[in-house]
Amino acid sequence: MELLVSGPANASRSRWLLAHAATVFAFLYFPIAVLILYSFNGQGVGGFPPHNLTLDWYRMLFGDGAIWDSVFNSLQVAFAAMAISLMFGVPAALALDRAQFTGKAVFRRLVLLPLILPGIITGLSLAMLFKLTNVKTSLLTIILGHGTALISVATTEVFAGLQKLDRAQEEASLDLGANYWQTFWRVTMPNLKLSIIGAALLIFTLSMDEIAVSFFLIGRDNTLPLEIWGRLRRGITPEINAVSTIIFVFSLVTIVVWYRLRVRAEGSAEVGTELIDSTAYVAN
Amino acid sequence: MFSRAYKTAVTVPPLVWVAVFLLVPYLLMFGYSFWSVSPAQTIVHTWNLENYKELLQKPVYWQTLLRSMWIAARVMLFSLLLGYPLAYFLSFYAGKRKDLLYQMVIIPLWVSYLVRAYAWKTILGADGVLNTSLQYAHLINHPLDFLLYSPFAVVLTLTHIYTPFAFLPIYAALEHIPRNLVEASHDLGATPAQTFWKVIFPLSIPGVLAGATFAFVLSLGDFLAPLLLGGPSGIMISNIVVSLFGAAYNWPLGAAISLGMLVLVVSLLFFSERLEKKWSFS
Repeated sequence: MELLVSGPANASRSRWLLAHAATVFAFLYFPIAVLILYSFNGQGVGGFPPHNLTLDWYRMLFGDGAIWDSVFNSLQVAFAAMAISLMFGVPAALALDRAQFTGKAVFRRLVLLPLILPGIITGLSLAMLFKLTNVKTSLLTIILGHGTALISVATTEVFAGLQKLDRAQEEASLDLGANYWQTFWRVTMPNLKLSIIGAALLIFTLSMDEIAVSFFLIGRDNTLPLEIWGRLRRGITPEINAVSTIIFVFSLVTIVVWYRLRVRAEGSAEVGTELIDSTAYVAN
Repeated sequence: MFSRAYKTAVTVPPLVWVAVFLLVPYLLMFGYSFWSVSPAQTIVHTWNLENYKELLQKPVYWQTLLRSMWIAARVMLFSLLLGYPLAYFLSFYAGKRKDLLYQMVIIPLWVSYLVRAYAWKTILGADGVLNTSLQYAHLINHPLDFLLYSPFAVVLTLTHIYTPFAFLPIYAALEHIPRNLVEASHDLGATPAQTFWKVIFPLSIPGVLAGATFAFVLSLGDFLAPLLLGGPSGIMISNIVVSLFGAAYNWPLGAAISLGMLVLVVSLLFFSERLEKKWSFS
């Protein structure tokens, strides 16, 4: 690629591109920086320059029962949704990869639809189902909603993993006398380990942040995003900055750990690119 | 090589689950859109076209839909303008720092979407970070009030959120361009600009289309940013569905609007997919 960066015309071009890239990164990180900075600001979320740096908002946050209840609810929802999505999403990927059945094309599109469809459509339609069957909305209905919508994530990630899998290994296992069940657990699953962990992390994160579907299926107990949402409508408080900062740090640690894990195994870590590629499946 | 039992075991459970929790609800929504609400706020299960008539007759729905599409179109344009050169820089000029920079584009995606919209609210408000710092620098005397509660705030926030989504498929497309094509173009005497416009850009068009579709479709259906930052002039179509679900308690009309959005989104995906196929050279 030396060809591309030599010569005066190219030098000015790459300088221009560098400046543009720096601007985009500044744009992407500016709100996150403001969010974190003002979580320590004694004067609240506005005002420049920030002064009276304090940990008061964090102290307030740790004493705030409603927030912690909602965090606990969200964790429950995220783990349960993860279980449902994987339980049905992994077999769905296997089915799309190796079985032929009527309606397969429709099935594939239907599974992936919640990825790209506005969340409110999935939320409203599920609310109608629960209304008609007299199921009271609660954390359980949110779990069913997230679990169903996020099957798409599990299916895409695992389907991408299956494309890289060497079928000969499974064939050898079957030839050597292992049954399907043994082959599945001892050959197929270990090969899909990274895809499944990646899917699980994505599902977990997306569920923790989900608001459109939850909005229609909420009962008495709030999830964290809905709790934050409720408070925002009453006015803004740096407590929200504090809880967001904590979540950001957690996500960052998760990404770094995941990145290390995947780089060690494969030498590259393009988390989520399968999702991007998957829109193709929805349409064609 | 897989037995019938194996295939049944992996096919039937997801098929049943998806039928019950996705297909039936979507069909139910279709049904709801032909029902109505009585004055006593119960759902009347008689089939009629009233909801669709209302959608066609009352201009507020068309206006809101058009405004949503206009907002989404601007978000799409700005996301591409920010995302494309960034992807090009990463793919062709970033060298060893490529992987790190790629991760840095992804990281904001892991920050809660609600929280990022909220962060913009604290930046754009009358005593927000932007106004107070401009006043601090004596550049303005009074807070700029067009910043928050306007379509501008919605477009800015959604652009911030969807730029990484526009970036990803473009970057993937650029990474897949065989580098020897670029070198051949140079060797044959093309200027860098010619190489870009005649070789690199055409090959990246499927990625651009995918990125554009993402930014447009995802921002079209958004309801949080308009509610949080849009004010009365920034209301989008999803906000109408949400208010019909809640306070107005008119689920049938909400279902009709949702169905319209569903048809719009699916046809957009369909056309963008056709276009991507047309432009892919493989």
